[in-house]
Amino acid sequence: MTDRKPLRVLILGATSAIAEATARLYAAEGASIALAARDGTRLAAIAADLTARGASAVPVLARDLAAMDGLEAAFDAIVAELGGIDHVLLFYGVLGEQKDAERDLAAARAILDVDFTSAALWSLAAAKRLEAQGSGALVVVGSVAGDRGRQSNYVYGAAKAGLATLVQGIAHRFALTGRKGLHAVVVKPGFVDTPMTDGLKKGGPLWASPDQVAAVIRKAAAGSGPIVYAPWFWRFILLIIRLVPAPIFHKTKL
Amino acid sequence: MAGFVATDRLQSWGRVTRPRQNVASPHFADELPALVAGAGDELLGVGLMRSYGDSNLNPDGSVIRMTGLDRIHHFDPASRVLRADAGLSLDSLIRTVLPHGLFPPVVPGTRFVTLGGAVGNDIHGKNHHRFGTFGNHVRRLSLMRSDGRTIELGPDDETGLFAATIGGLGLTGLIEWVEIDLRAIPGAMIDSETIPFGSLEEFFALADESIATHEHTVSWIDCTRIDGTKMRGLFMRGNSAADPDRAPHAARPRRSVPIDLPRFALNQLTLSLFNEAYYRFGRLRAGRSKVHYAPFFFPLDGIMHWNRLYGRDGMFQYQCVVPPDVSLDATAELLKIIAASGEGSLLAVLKTFGNHASPGLLSFPREGTTLALDFRNRGAQTLELLARLDAVVLEAGGRLYPAKDGRMSARMFQSGYPRLEAFTAHVDPHFSSAFWRRVAP
Repeated sequence: MTDRKPLRVLILGATSAIAEATARLYAAEGASIALAARDGTRLAAIAADLTARGASAVPVLARDLAAMDGLEAAFDAIVAELGGIDHVLLFYGVLGEQKDAERDLAAARAILDVDFTSAALWSLAAAKRLEAQGSGALVVVGSVAGDRGRQSNYVYGAAKAGLATLVQGIAHRFALTGRKGLHAVVVKPGFVDTPMTDGLKKGGPLWASPDQVAAVIRKAAAGSGPIVYAPWFWRFILLIIRLVPAPIFHKTKL
Repeated sequence: MAGFVATDRLQSWGRVTRPRQNVASPHFADELPALVAGAGDELLGVGLMRSYGDSNLNPDGSVIRMTGLDRIHHFDPASRVLRADAGLSLDSLIRTVLPHGLFPPVVPGTRFVTLGGAVGNDIHGKNHHRFGTFGNHVRRLSLMRSDGRTIELGPDDETGLFAATIGGLGLTGLIEWVEIDLRAIPGAMIDSETIPFGSLEEFFALADESIATHEHTVSWIDCTRIDGTKMRGLFMRGNSAADPDRAPHAARPRRSVPIDLPRFALNQLTLSLFNEAYYRFGRLRAGRSKVHYAPFFFPLDGIMHWNRLYGRDGMFQYQCVVPPDVSLDATAELLKIIAASGEGSLLAVLKTFGNHASPGLLSFPREGTTLALDFRNRGAQTLELLARLDAVVLEAGGRLYPAKDGRMSARMFQSGYPRLEAFTAHVDPHFSSAFWRRVAP
């Protein structure tokens, strides 16, 4: 631990496995970490753990992050409780059921509201604040699913694609300010062994642990280009997937 | 939230069997009551799967993998007390507490064990003669029973359930969290000394003389070259160094065994060569040196998946303890049988236990000498060898360590654990394991 002032970090979607692994990296640095997610009991357990692991302070915000009314006021309030803000990290999202989303527009809307609309608003609220102070990092967890529309999960993929484009735009906007310590980045994990993917068959070289992805995210928050894949090799896998011509791609069940 | 999923991917460290089990991997404590209630007749909580045999397997039953529950509830460096979910690893715990000058009082040969596993197997370490077992340092724990009750227990418990849970192989219920006393240490470094020896008599003399002067003692022996009580070994002993360096170990090991070694890789010749090289290397470095605790306590943790060295058929580990009065003869007899068999171990470990009374009804450590080795699984041939070793241990009045075992007979187990009957009364009727179904009275 250094004698610098501790970093102030806001984690949106703090009960996700990747978020918690990332929060532990910040805790070990002695950061102040605000946690936001729906379940107050789970947040309390995580907050106690981060405190034990070295976090300076861990305020919590128990709130449905997809609820968009009063979102900006909630953002300002938790930042005030934190005593300012250096890094904003957005982790939350739902995979949803593609088949449900095709049959039932309400199910589709729920996915879009959580994964795109509300996430975009939190990102814009954070961008406004960070740009005004002229420093800080916005890190948004996207998904490789947003890189090409695929029949198996394109509603989720479209939401993540939209979010990535939004963050890319914020990164551009930040760059034009000429401020060195101000940046935005979208991190796109591939397969991660978390409760979110418990329905899938896991194992093999493509699967990463939350700890591995957290290390990439922490590094991205310290400064990077606007798009980071986690682990790095997904950039090349997705490059190939994007380059496959439609007549061939459409024969697959991807 | 995830329930139970049928899978054959969860194996014990020895990898001899690959049973189908229904595995749940909860991440929050609020998920546990429904999982325990919905588990069916046979449930077992497991951690990082470092037990070698089948005490952490529950074929065709349900398994709750606790590693997703790894949060610290409370840590007070001043009072040196830490309470955490049972799934917290000692790896993670040490990295958190060492910067405060604290350390677990007892650590086993790997840091990849959970608190729940440390309690359930009442693990011991190189400092047994000073600090006893892990269970000696447990202040409280929470146990979820299949009848829906959650019971908080500590050493003051008069029902016997606490003593049954320490070393109780997870059979008394699901250990939800554990509170332990930590210990103040000067820093991360160990003043270590390596002394080559040439016979069992020399080993016992070194062990006796080191009890008063050294906190940590352990020995390696070359089990491929045994002649009566003559053998080659390296006696290692150490104390915490007066060095303020508190840097914990690196988060991830650098080296890994990427694939199973083929069957022919481990044979009499390569085992003999390995042991020869290990001995010569150790002799070269004999004497005193200051080393980090990680290579001193956890030498094999530097290599991920080292169990793959034994190939895809897996391996058996054999760890016994024999009483002090027969230690010399029984140990010599065991080593003679092993050397004659031509089977052998990369690392054979010999250590004396102190006279600390173990806190658990099924705790393995008792005063005497413990010998631990691994054997490549060669089927019936290996099992016959282990049965011959059993006969010696039985005759000596010793016992085997369930955490290492995947094959001992019910008779062998029952004769080694005189408090088994008291233990059995506390077993949760809906908890079980492959090990327990084999050896239960």
